[in-house]
Amino acid sequence: MKKMKDNEILVKVEHLSKKFCKDLKTSLWYGIKDLCNNLLGNKKQRFLRPDEFWAVKDINFELRRGECLGLIGHNGAGKSTLLKILNGLINPDEGKVTIKGRVGALIELGAGFNPILSGRENIYNNGAVLGFTKSEINSKIEEIIDFAEIREFIDMPVQNYSSGMKVRLGFAVAAQMKPDVLIIDEVLAVGDLGFVLKCFKTIDTILPETAIIFVSHSMPMVSRICNQIILMEHGKTEFQGGDIGKAIDLYYTRFAQSESNAVFDDGSLTLEKAEIFNAIYEKNIPQLRWGENLVLYFKLKVKVPADSLEFSIIINDKEQRSVAVLQRNDESLNLNPHNTIIEFKVTHQNLQFSKGIYSLSLGIRKKATKIPVLRINDIITFQVVHPEEIWEPFLLKSKFEMINNNYKSKIV
Amino acid sequence: MELKTTVYQKESKSNITKLIKESIKDIFVSRFLAQQLAIRDIKAQYRQSYFGVVWAFITPLTTALVWVILSKSGTISVTDTGVPYPVYVFSGTLLWSIITESINAPMMNTNAARGILSKINFPKEALIVSGIYKLLLSSLMKIALLLFFLLAYGVDFSFSILLFPLVFLSIVFFGTTIGLFITPVGMLYNDVGKIISMGLGFLMYATPVVYGIPKVGIMKTVMEINPLTPLILTSRDLLVGQNSEYSIYYMGIMLLCIPLFFLGLVFYRISIPIIVERMSA
Repeated sequence: MKKMKDNEILVKVEHLSKKFCKDLKTSLWYGIKDLCNNLLGNKKQRFLRPDEFWAVKDINFELRRGECLGLIGHNGAGKSTLLKILNGLINPDEGKVTIKGRVGALIELGAGFNPILSGRENIYNNGAVLGFTKSEINSKIEEIIDFAEIREFIDMPVQNYSSGMKVRLGFAVAAQMKPDVLIIDEVLAVGDLGFVLKCFKTIDTILPETAIIFVSHSMPMVSRICNQIILMEHGKTEFQGGDIGKAIDLYYTRFAQSESNAVFDDGSLTLEKAEIFNAIYEKNIPQLRWGENLVLYFKLKVKVPADSLEFSIIINDKEQRSVAVLQRNDESLNLNPHNTIIEFKVTHQNLQFSKGIYSLSLGIRKKATKIPVLRINDIITFQVVHPEEIWEPFLLKSKFEMINNNYKSKIV
Repeated sequence: MELKTTVYQKESKSNITKLIKESIKDIFVSRFLAQQLAIRDIKAQYRQSYFGVVWAFITPLTTALVWVILSKSGTISVTDTGVPYPVYVFSGTLLWSIITESINAPMMNTNAARGILSKINFPKEALIVSGIYKLLLSSLMKIALLLFFLLAYGVDFSFSILLFPLVFLSIVFFGTTIGLFITPVGMLYNDVGKIISMGLGFLMYATPVVYGIPKVGIMKTVMEINPLTPLILTSRDLLVGQNSEYSIYYMGIMLLCIPLFFLGLVFYRISIPIIVERMSA
């Protein structure tokens, strides 16, 4: 059985296009026309009719066994439509898909569940929809119940399950598939962390035998399992290739907000200027090399004189998680309450963020009372440049040294 | 082990015989799914209901009751039907409900499966087959009730009743064939379902369900042409042991249904992707 070539192409997609209609009434009418055309063989080239647009346009890729293709892009970029075509739910308007072997799709978990029936009965329903035979389900049912970890409630109607429990049960059934091609849409988001990890473990074990197409908005997950990426935008391929880091950077720059937004403002201060002193500008984004100093410059205009203020400079990563905060100003930053302009410089030495895009937020409060004065998010976006692609937020300087001792084969 | 290769593209390259073969193969492959879907729906239906099976024949029974009362009270007079009038009406409405249900079943079942149609690729033929299973179950209850009526009214059984199961299956077959053609369009426009139910409501009075074919007049011609007439008459005649005058017409319709059924299957099969595209969120 193991004679199968490792590099056989399981999925081949050529010039795939699909159009959709914006207006429901028109769409239904086109549907009737398509039904008729379909009967006549449907050989003609298709053009956009009024109100139509290309939801997927000219997608090409090949996927071999053991490979995982990540499909990323913002909502409405055409990812799900592409998956539906690959799964054979809808037919393309142009181009061709060739798939070898059994296709499994994790697009909706628990399809065919009936809320009135018990979990056990629904395992049979869901299994049947996924193409299992009765004896296959009989032999796997205990394994499924254990995997889902809901033995206690297995004979309770599914309508009383929480959404997480339904997803567990659905995934447990789907995990029994032994597909050659696996299509995963963002379905695992509902489960709790323990279950998501379990799912990924399952996916890891089947990956060597399978070609996976994975749609997700979670870049850490994508960078963890994918070795090819297609970044889609408006149905077209914006980026395609094996450079995961580049693709993810591109994905994030789509969301990079150039405008800062004031979250809180009591009117006593205005931010006049904020910039990075020592950065090189490329495509309007200041760049710093890893290990360089981060030197920030701020200029604020005082409208209502105040005494001592406290400045928090928060650094967020590309997913808007705050990953670091700079030490707040101590007594050495003396503010003269009579100044109408506050100007200062902050230095953080040897920046050790990993490669990627970060943004700065500024929070100001009164030192004595801790009452907030001003909070502005995304005042500066900057990029850290480093040859190595990692998805942890920090790449910390380290030094490895061999310790020579007498124990022979001990590895330190 | 050679892996199965699937190709998706806009042109349907395969010819009609190949499509029919694929369709029949899928019916065979999905027999467990069809059975499971039917069990699911039946279980769910009865688990959430006290009267359960009663609902299957309550509508035809009330219709029949209305006509029996109208006739008994002399409000209307119906021509002689050859059998006791209540037997005639009850058998008529019960058989009629089997016909209408089998016409509606493909569309109802496909509609109910909207959720999975747009998410999972499975043999769609299973929806039709599971619909037939459910139909057979509810019809068997109706037929049991009907046999009880026949006994109660002392109608003599003849050997012709042994042919009734065959005719009954042919009624389901006829209805399903029509249903297959209606479903794709009906999935796009709700109007179709409404037109069908309204149309069938009218058509019942142009079929010898609650009264026989009149001797003269326009209604006679309409009822004689109506393809549902031989279905109702043949099956009722077999039950009560009368000679059927419509057996030739009946055979003709059934023979015509066989190629139409396969055509319907193909139409259904190739239409589903277009419907999914138009309905999915």
